[in-house]
Amino acid sequence: MLLPDLSFLVIQFLSGLTTAMFLFLIASGLSLIFGVLRVLNFAHGSLYMLGAYLAYGLVAWFATAPGKFWVAVLGASIGVALIGGIVERTLLRRLYGREAVYQLLFTYALVLIISDVAKLLWGTGQLSVSRPPILGGSVSLFDQVFPRYNIFVIILGPAIALLFWFVLHRTRAGRIIRAAALDREMLGVLGVHVDRLYTAVFMIGAWLAGLGGALVTPVVTIVPGMDVEVIVNAFIVVVIGGLGSFWGALLGALALGQVMSFGILILPRFSLVFVYVLMAVVLVMRPWGLLGKPLRG
Amino acid sequence: MAVMQRLPWGLLALAAAGLLPFVGSRFYLYLGTDIAIMALFAVSLNLLLGYTGLVSFGQAAYFGIGAYACALLMMQASVPFILSLLAGGLLAGAAALLFGYFCIRLTQIYFAMLTLAFAQIVWAAAFKWNSLTGGDTGLTGVPFPAFLDSPARFYYFTLGVVGISLAFLRRVVGSPFGRMLMTIRENPERAEFIGVHVRWYELAAFVLAGFFSGVAGGLFGIFNHSVFPDFSYWTKSAEVLIMTILGGMYTFFGPAVGAGILLFLNMLVTSYTEYWPLVLGVILAALLFLFPGGVLGFLEAHLLRRGHREPRGT
Amino acid sequence: MVLEVREVRKVFDGFLAVDGVNVTVAGGDICAIIGPNGAGKTTLFNCITGHLVPDGGVIRFKGHDITGWPAHEICRQGVARSFQRINIFPRLTVFENVQAAVLSHRRRGRDLFTPVERLYREETLALLEQVGLAGEAEAVGGTLSYGYQKQLELGIALASRPDLLLLDEPTAGMSGQETRMTIALIERIARERRLTLLFTEHDMDVVFSIAQRITVMHQGRIIAEGSPDEVRIDSEVRRVYLGKAK
Repeated sequence: MLLPDLSFLVIQFLSGLTTAMFLFLIASGLSLIFGVLRVLNFAHGSLYMLGAYLAYGLVAWFATAPGKFWVAVLGASIGVALIGGIVERTLLRRLYGREAVYQLLFTYALVLIISDVAKLLWGTGQLSVSRPPILGGSVSLFDQVFPRYNIFVIILGPAIALLFWFVLHRTRAGRIIRAAALDREMLGVLGVHVDRLYTAVFMIGAWLAGLGGALVTPVVTIVPGMDVEVIVNAFIVVVIGGLGSFWGALLGALALGQVMSFGILILPRFSLVFVYVLMAVVLVMRPWGLLGKPLRG
Repeated sequence: MAVMQRLPWGLLALAAAGLLPFVGSRFYLYLGTDIAIMALFAVSLNLLLGYTGLVSFGQAAYFGIGAYACALLMMQASVPFILSLLAGGLLAGAAALLFGYFCIRLTQIYFAMLTLAFAQIVWAAAFKWNSLTGGDTGLTGVPFPAFLDSPARFYYFTLGVVGISLAFLRRVVGSPFGRMLMTIRENPERAEFIGVHVRWYELAAFVLAGFFSGVAGGLFGIFNHSVFPDFSYWTKSAEVLIMTILGGMYTFFGPAVGAGILLFLNMLVTSYTEYWPLVLGVILAALLFLFPGGVLGFLEAHLLRRGHREPRGT
Repeated sequence: MVLEVREVRKVFDGFLAVDGVNVTVAGGDICAIIGPNGAGKTTLFNCITGHLVPDGGVIRFKGHDITGWPAHEICRQGVARSFQRINIFPRLTVFENVQAAVLSHRRRGRDLFTPVERLYREETLALLEQVGLAGEAEAVGGTLSYGYQKQLELGIALASRPDLLLLDEPTAGMSGQETRMTIALIERIARERRLTLLFTEHDMDVVFSIAQRITVMHQGRIIAEGSPDEVRIDSEVRRVYLGKAK
């Protein structure tokens, strides 16, 4: 039997890590929103897709400006956060306290609307964004080449995780969010403006999704349908890690990234089934996920 | 008003539907068949959603299993259609027993997620198991049973199967069993403490819903002449949920009405624009905010004045 | 003994909510459990009725060890309860609320085909009459006034013809007038049906007027037990209650 050589495995691992970082950006926002608002946002993949399309649009807009990619990433992610905030404030808010299925279906209505609006605005073709010049080209690792941009993503992911760790654990806002995720009845006791907190959390979650979508543009082609595909993967990630758990999202993303990267090599037929079986097994054994806690309130 | 309440709406609707082949074109016969099948699918889902309070986000699993089982039995084992259809339902029911055993241990959003995960397993298996299911090209050329070889005949047959199934389900929700399901929907903790074995009833409802979703799937596969993995994809589960909410989850015929409205609108809108999802999304959002009880729920509350629901007492 | 609780313990996250509690209730007794908030009364109730599984100890009902049984099984043995917060089937009518409990008690729940409307009509209406809701049979449970909902809860509990009825704060949130009426109702029903009654209550007037035996809990333990007169003069009880008042 021929063993695959080490350098190939390293590249495969790094590519899984890159996938994981995008998954982490989407899933952490999804998980945060669920943790605080108790709303499972099917439209989170749509926000991610919107981030990608907006980034594409902005890059085209600033055609010749230097650093246009970074401006586009920033603009797109903030744009998605604003859209998220408006939707939460004007619509989603009215459904709190109603049957869970109403909230689920409302976010699904958003999926339908956003997918068609994107088609109306950007068509159905495959779009792409080129890598920013500073991160163009590849580096060679063990006789293999690996895109420089992907290395940037692999570094950026943990940096954002660290930033969030800092916000969640070292600031008052973070403490409130963590308390809310654990026990919502505590919020009233702490005298928190629940309205504003919900909007803020939804916007942060949307921002993370938008950021993920904007950053993924140089790596994949932007096509309609990327929303529906990514949301199921994000669900797998948050279920494995634990709905409402920030670190769970990181762990789940790392796990799913590697499964997607190596699973295809080892068991091409079964990797797709395998991830859903994994999701089901975690739900059966430990519904609150590997790093989550059972919910109260 | 009392007259309106006492009318046997189900039978009247069936009688009206029976006239369709005499007045409508071939096209409307297809639409009618489609609506009848999806009506059964939606009503079976509503046994869980509206009656037991369980949000199944993976009902398409049983629809798909029923469709594949029925089609494969006919294609590969030459089993007669009626038996294949029944076997498809039974197999879907068996799968519901297996999956449901795990699902009912969870509540609320976790329940929904696990039903979704199981449905995705079914979808992925259908997608990848080429030798059995034909993979992503699906099963095509599913034979049409000879005795139903005209759209009108198949339409009547479908109407018969759906009519019998709905009559059965209506009987079930009006029985003591159905009442126990409602207590679970209203308040599982209290239900436990009037002596209701909550999990047993939830599982029983899950299996019944799975069986009838499977029958609907079996019918649909034959009607469609083909079966695809997407029969079990999560968007299919979402679609049938929308039908149920659209018609009204707290009425028995609501989901059937929802199926009719959705498919009719779909036909209407797609002849004008390709942006049907956008229209559907807007309708769905408007519905959730303006008519949360669904179309039939709204009609019942405002036209039939069933039950005054104002506060009373001291 | 109808109910025997021996050395029952329940721990939440390292916090001893119920710490080695012993309670016995004889047939036909009316017993009260009192104590400050957080004393562990409701937790003890939840252990007895199967909502919680105790971490230690034994609970016997009519001589059978029912420790750790699921709630629905314990209910079937003849234990019924009401809850501190309103706990009914809010969108069913008053009639349907009570009828459901009757159906379950009569083990008709697995009947898939008999039309439910006419089943046990008399029995259900008699129960409604008994708890003073005969005129509200067709009202939707959740739309009733607070007092009526409490009465409905009692009706649901009685529908399973219990030998032992546990009432968790039956007069919580009631006005003085409502409290007197409710207590009169409970006393009358307990006498007519020869029920054994175990209840928690914060209103001391109520407790001392109807209870034959009183158990006092504090921080998960029992600190006193006896007749109302014995408990009234108990020094430990005075310390806990008066100490709090200081």
